[in-house]
Amino acid sequence: MEHYSSQQNQPHRIGLSAEDRAEAERLSGAYTAHNLVGSGAYDRIEDTPLVLGGHEFSSRFILGSGRYDLRLIKATIENAGTQIVTMALRRAQTSENSVLDYIPDGITLLPNTSGARTAEEAVRIARLARDVCETDFVKVEIKREEKYLLPDNAETIKATEILANEGFVVMPYMFPDPLAAHDLEEAGAAAVMPLGAMIGSNKGLRMRDFIEVIIANAHVPVIVDAGIGRPSQACEAMEMGADAVMAYTAVASAGNIPLMARAFRDAIAAGRAAYLSGLGKVVEGHAVPSSPTTGYLR
Amino acid sequence: MKVNGEQVVCDTPMSVTQLIESRGLNSRRVAVELNGSIVPRAQRETTMLKDSDTVEIVSFVQGG
Repeated sequence: MEHYSSQQNQPHRIGLSAEDRAEAERLSGAYTAHNLVGSGAYDRIEDTPLVLGGHEFSSRFILGSGRYDLRLIKATIENAGTQIVTMALRRAQTSENSVLDYIPDGITLLPNTSGARTAEEAVRIARLARDVCETDFVKVEIKREEKYLLPDNAETIKATEILANEGFVVMPYMFPDPLAAHDLEEAGAAAVMPLGAMIGSNKGLRMRDFIEVIIANAHVPVIVDAGIGRPSQACEAMEMGADAVMAYTAVASAGNIPLMARAFRDAIAAGRAAYLSGLGKVVEGHAVPSSPTTGYLR
Repeated sequence: MKVNGEQVVCDTPMSVTQLIESRGLNSRRVAVELNGSIVPRAQRETTMLKDSDTVEIVSFVQGG
């Protein structure tokens, strides 16, 4: 009450507590604290590669391969700057163009196990996929219902263990339960791929808090998969420390697909650079002066 | 025999390679499972199919 009445007496001079003032002064000075002038450190991003099962990648954007005209795939991949492209395995249809014929050389193929409802089915699909494309990479996804398309973490852990023991580079799609992420790591996962929101929903980082916990504790790359609907959401995932982002629907359902791929590439690079730079601190309850607090003409 | 879930009549003896070709498929782009086990590429030519066999021929499609 006392504080309230003193503000009433001086309505235009809401004061900071001594503690907040000290913090504000520290923060406003902090903008020049990291003196990089002449070091060249801001000329380029000094980044380490994304490492998956011993393979190194400079791109942190994993792209789904389609749902659009096969002839757009090459331009989309090039615009995305991606090095890893996912695909699905199905019963072969006669006289159907193979998606593999449209993917440029040098791209790492990441077959998924979509259609699998159990660990056993996922293992079967992974082995067949390896036989087609002669890659050890596999994105394990196991779903036992069709409305929400949620990954079954328990079955995914089982499949991950079996496939990792067979030498696969296992990248499990998972519900963002930090305990399950730990178990997947123990099972031999080369990365974990928590969903940001329901597949195809374009809703963004709805599971943010739990993905943050996964990132804080993971010893393998964390790749945010599913639900990322806009470049700004991909950027946000990278800013918070995700190692990579996978997008599919957001690109596939865009008006100009290759251009959207480019927008995602740039957003992911921006988010990564921001993460590496170190984001400024969030200040609650008061502002921080952005001009000197001395030498006022008054 | 059963191929990709459909009953198929097979009059003459046929190898896995011949089955792939008869369907107009690119051998390099498919994997073949015979009664639940993958047929290695090197054995496709010599693996003969029987009427009681169940065969799956799979390939990649666009997906996320």
